[in-house]
Amino acid sequence: MTASNYATERETTEGKVFTVTGGDWDEVVSGTDPINDERIVVNMGPQHPSTHGVLRLILELEGETVREARSVVGYLHTGIEKNLEYRNWVQGSTFVTRMDYLAPLFNETAYALAVEKLLGITDEVTERANTIRVLMMELNRISSHLVWLATTGMELGAISIMLYGFREREYILEIFEMITGLRMNHAYVRPGGVAQDVPDEAIVKIREFLTMMPKKLKEYEDLLSGQPIWTERTQNVAVLDVTACLALGVTGPVLRSAGLAWDLRKTMPYCGYETYEFDVPTHTDGDVWGRYLVRLAEIRESLKLVEQALDRLKPGPVMVADKKIAWPAQLAIGVDGMGNSLEHVAKIMGQSMESLIHHFKLVTEGFRVPPGQVYVGIESPRGELGVHAVSDGGTRPYRVHYREPSFVNLQALPAMAEGGLIADVIAGGASLDPVMGGCDR
Amino acid sequence: MSAPNDRNDNGGVPVPVTPAGASSGAPAEHPPSSPAGRGMFGIHGTGDVSGFGGLVRQRKPVEETPRPYGGYFDEVRDALEEAYPAFGDAIEKVVVDRGELTLHVRPERIAEVCQVMRDDLALRFELCSSVSGVDYLGADERRLHVVYQLTSMTYRRRVRLEAAVSAEHPHLPSVTAVYPTADWQERETYDMFGIVFDGHPNLTRILMPDDWEGHPQRKDYPLGGVPVEYKGAEIPPPDRRRSYQ
Repeated sequence: MTASNYATERETTEGKVFTVTGGDWDEVVSGTDPINDERIVVNMGPQHPSTHGVLRLILELEGETVREARSVVGYLHTGIEKNLEYRNWVQGSTFVTRMDYLAPLFNETAYALAVEKLLGITDEVTERANTIRVLMMELNRISSHLVWLATTGMELGAISIMLYGFREREYILEIFEMITGLRMNHAYVRPGGVAQDVPDEAIVKIREFLTMMPKKLKEYEDLLSGQPIWTERTQNVAVLDVTACLALGVTGPVLRSAGLAWDLRKTMPYCGYETYEFDVPTHTDGDVWGRYLVRLAEIRESLKLVEQALDRLKPGPVMVADKKIAWPAQLAIGVDGMGNSLEHVAKIMGQSMESLIHHFKLVTEGFRVPPGQVYVGIESPRGELGVHAVSDGGTRPYRVHYREPSFVNLQALPAMAEGGLIADVIAGGASLDPVMGGCDR
Repeated sequence: MSAPNDRNDNGGVPVPVTPAGASSGAPAEHPPSSPAGRGMFGIHGTGDVSGFGGLVRQRKPVEETPRPYGGYFDEVRDALEEAYPAFGDAIEKVVVDRGELTLHVRPERIAEVCQVMRDDLALRFELCSSVSGVDYLGADERRLHVVYQLTSMTYRRRVRLEAAVSAEHPHLPSVTAVYPTADWQERETYDMFGIVFDGHPNLTRILMPDDWEGHPQRKDYPLGGVPVEYKGAEIPPPDRRRSYQ
């Protein structure tokens, strides 16, 4: 057998050159699978502008039709749950806030609620702290939904809405920066309350936001709702009914867009949500269009909640009274850019040895949490965000598991995509609003 | 577990009576996440000269809660007992703690129990909110726990199912046939704890790379990390810093 059976060869001045071709495999395979060359496998991601972060989709296509879709996650796994086991309970806040980076305040609040339930101090959290939590969470829900609107618009070809969505979100991030010191990754909601009180100038800014936002929402609707391209790309696309949602564990706006008014703020209230007036928007189509309408309506409901929270914000402590849990000082940004309280430093260094010891023990060792386990679920912008926390009685979490709605909801992507067009994979995936930082943790 | 005042071998000071708080430790299935006395300063034993050096936390087993449990917990138990003939065999114990109901289920029965929990009209736990694992290192036969959080949307109730397997034989049936949403969550539990869910359609790693060795969330799997130098001082990685008992 000579080499020419496999590849043609020719002599050149550089030596012998072979030209390798596919040989006769086309003919061999065509006998068993006549459409073998009509099905192609497309690897979409993990670096792809339309996959919302590092999500990888493997699509088997027949022409433009998706026959099989599989999603691959884990590219952003950072071991946050494992890391929590090596830090004390308060330090956990700084870790969990980095999971779902579009909804950091939900991660923190869920964690704080779980630790408080383990400590048995749920009822001792002050009214002001709970009101601030609701206020912050609802602002965060608006900012998260705005990013959803912005990125989904961009992915479906509506670039203007991307700019508008991020512009208004920036306004909320400025409010967050005034209150917590940071635009993202706040570590603001702590076990026992919140880290800092809300400054007065932030209240003014939130009031301004409340007057501005309804007009902006109207603008978004003028841009998108009647627009034929937007309706064509979203209506009857990536349909998921209630049965499929429940089987696949999908919660949040996707479930509500299919018609089930399941919102943990109403059905299993926490942080005093049962005392607020708001509606749970639903839709019955179960398509991308329905999810768009539900999310826009949720922004309006969140505005109502923010307004009510502002109105009932009465002066008072923002941390539990128990000095064994609450950190001793109200920190402020010092000239070095670090959190300090000069008053408190003067006291512990110059006047009270007991205060110094207490501060040192609480900050380095942390508080102990009685052994046991709890599960707390809250309604994040993406669905049920659950925290399963286990304590062994020590100063560190024994195990913390996050039931991340992004992770669970992504399982529904093949059900939405298979049988549809490849362009609708993008619309369907975007309508789930996955955040890979939360999904992979 | 010996009495606290017998334990002087770790360098502690003998104490005449059991100090208050010595028996307030974690249940037997909650061993300490870090052995005491290990830390930055190389001290053996507790390094404690306060007189409490001999303090050993006693670890009580997780005990069955006596009835009535209160709330909807009695109804759930009664409904399950009525709908599921093998209740006595499958349910090891019922624990009510911090307003939450936990049913400890024999691992080989978990899929059956989930089926009844979902289908029975008086139970109706339609949504499997979460599946995850916990590693109780040192609990041998009951080392690896799988924890299922079920939610009934009809009755607005939550129940936790817990099944314990050993690290040597970490097998239990998959509940994916009952709750398809458990698919990825069981994969994550397999990935992180090495628990094998028999009957799962595609039990592969999900968060870690496919060729990864070991199961990172197990307690005997190191956290890893490198020491960091800051202004001349060397800070050890988090898992080698001083830890408190």
